[in-house]
Amino acid sequence: MLSVSNLSVTFKQYEQGLRRRQLTVITELDLDVKAGEVVAVVGASGSGKSLLAHAILGILPENATVGGTMLFQGQPLTPSRCQRLRGKAIALIPQSVGYLDPLMRVGQQVQRVAQLNGLSKPAARTAVKRTFDRYDLPPQAERCYPFQVSGGMARRVLVSTAVVSHAELIIADEPTPGLHPEVVVETLNHLRELAQEGRGVILITHDIEAALLVADRVAVFYAGTTAEIASTQDFAAGNLRHPYTQALWRSLPQNDFMPVPGNQPNPEALPVGCLFSDRCPWMTEACLPERPRLRTVRGGLVRCIHADR
Amino acid sequence: MQLKPILLFFGYKLVRLALLLIAVAVLTFGMMSLSPIDPVQAYVGADMLQISAAQRELIAQRWGLDQPMIVRFWDWFGQIIQGNWGTSMVFNQPVLQVIGQRFQVSLQLLAIAWLLSGLLGLVLGVLAGAFEGTWIDRGIRLYAYTLASSPTFWVALLLLILFSVSLRLTPICCAAPPGMLAQNVTFWQHLHHLLLPALALSIIGIASIALHTRQKLIDVLHSDYVLFARAQGESLWGILQHHGLRNILLPALTLQFASLSELFGGSVLVEQVFAYPGLGQATVQAALRSDVPLLVGIVFFSALFVYAGNTLADLSYQVIDPRIRIGGRRTT
Repeated sequence: MLSVSNLSVTFKQYEQGLRRRQLTVITELDLDVKAGEVVAVVGASGSGKSLLAHAILGILPENATVGGTMLFQGQPLTPSRCQRLRGKAIALIPQSVGYLDPLMRVGQQVQRVAQLNGLSKPAARTAVKRTFDRYDLPPQAERCYPFQVSGGMARRVLVSTAVVSHAELIIADEPTPGLHPEVVVETLNHLRELAQEGRGVILITHDIEAALLVADRVAVFYAGTTAEIASTQDFAAGNLRHPYTQALWRSLPQNDFMPVPGNQPNPEALPVGCLFSDRCPWMTEACLPERPRLRTVRGGLVRCIHADR
Repeated sequence: MQLKPILLFFGYKLVRLALLLIAVAVLTFGMMSLSPIDPVQAYVGADMLQISAAQRELIAQRWGLDQPMIVRFWDWFGQIIQGNWGTSMVFNQPVLQVIGQRFQVSLQLLAIAWLLSGLLGLVLGVLAGAFEGTWIDRGIRLYAYTLASSPTFWVALLLLILFSVSLRLTPICCAAPPGMLAQNVTFWQHLHHLLLPALALSIIGIASIALHTRQKLIDVLHSDYVLFARAQGESLWGILQHHGLRNILLPALTLQFASLSELFGGSVLVEQVFAYPGLGQATVQAALRSDVPLLVGIVFFSALFVYAGNTLADLSYQVIDPRIRIGGRRTT
């Protein structure tokens, strides 16, 4: 359904008068999503997760340039096609209630999404009622302002905005932080349901545990590149290919609870070779001259020359 | 049902108003007493030369001018509270009557200028904010900065030179054709005389309202909820219509009510330039001719007027913003 290859995002910045600076935040990003599956995108902040979402939706700031190719249902995602598809074929589920207009009743906001999808006003109203019903939102919730709904209700309202749109691809950007564990599970189940209805779901998160609960495959981002795309079973089976993914897995409390030492490289001073080389236990001379390409190892994709050992 | 918070709000506002007026009274009285204006001389006027020093002494004694300041203040304040605001020497009428008549004339001017500056300011601000960084934005900003930094009386004079002297489109002064009885003035003549002063006065408000609205709209357009609206496929026009206006209207409305004070101050200058017989012009006359009772009356009245404007601004939030209207109810 969606295939992103070699995506790059560069920001133009002006510093001290007219000197222009290019800041490449995403260098080489690859991802593909099929209908009916949940693909989790995990990575530390600054690894390019949210920018990927914004790039797919075509809502990056004006000073950003996008390179590489993005195909949606076989056709390239040009800016004009993005504009036609966003909110209709591709929907975003944002992070928090802060993404809702504070002065508009939530029912009205969901109804607006339905109307943008071409429904008439009465039809949109029915669609909102049906969706709120589906997510056990009481009828009076429609008349609430965003500040009046609880955290769990807010999540369901945000999911509703994607559901009324009949989008085929849904991007959930960090939908779980700061939530009660029960609400986290509930939200993840909602995403799973959406995939079972035949939609593709991208779950962007820095919470690997949450990702493993619900995803079919996990893409691990590191410093604006895809380090590895593994199936969920690979984690518990010890079939991980990239040293960064392995380190992340070990850092979980139920495993060794060992933090990954060091930091992501600064986007202003990226190394020539492998981006993970300065933190990698497997690093050799061969890692330094050029960036490893994404290749298939044991049924998964990985960007590491030592992965098959 | 929701009577208690409303009563509390107004009770609180009334207490503050009383405190404000007392402070204004003390300051006004202090400044009057320390000013070089001699009350006896101001009262007697040109006949001063015919009055002997002994007679002067007698008047001063009769008025209690030989008493200490505190005693005089209480005497004066007691009269003010009882509604005796004295007689205007310039107009030879009770002060309250002068203020009432003059304010009626000013009110039309203020109302037109207020609406005009609010609407134009809002439209210009929205245009500039929506097209941030383009030549539209630059043009509007240049216009607003220029207006904001030009003195009102100067702008008023320029308008007068252009429209009344060169183009002869508008009358050069006053609220009606000279020498015409008040009851014979038609509505159109009235409006014709009102137009240019109102325009000049509205110019004061436009710049600040436009610049504030622009900034607020830019903040809104960079907010998370507008990003989400864009992700839903909303166009710029849709964003303005459904999220932009809704979110800038509150601050704009507050600003609009708060701008009443600026307008009131501006009317003093504008009415003087256009010889428009309103309260502003009366203020200038009272000041130039040492008409202390009238001046004090106008000070009190303007304090009341400005306070009412600001209270309306506060009230608009309570009524319109659901976060305060409903959120406040939940906590109290």
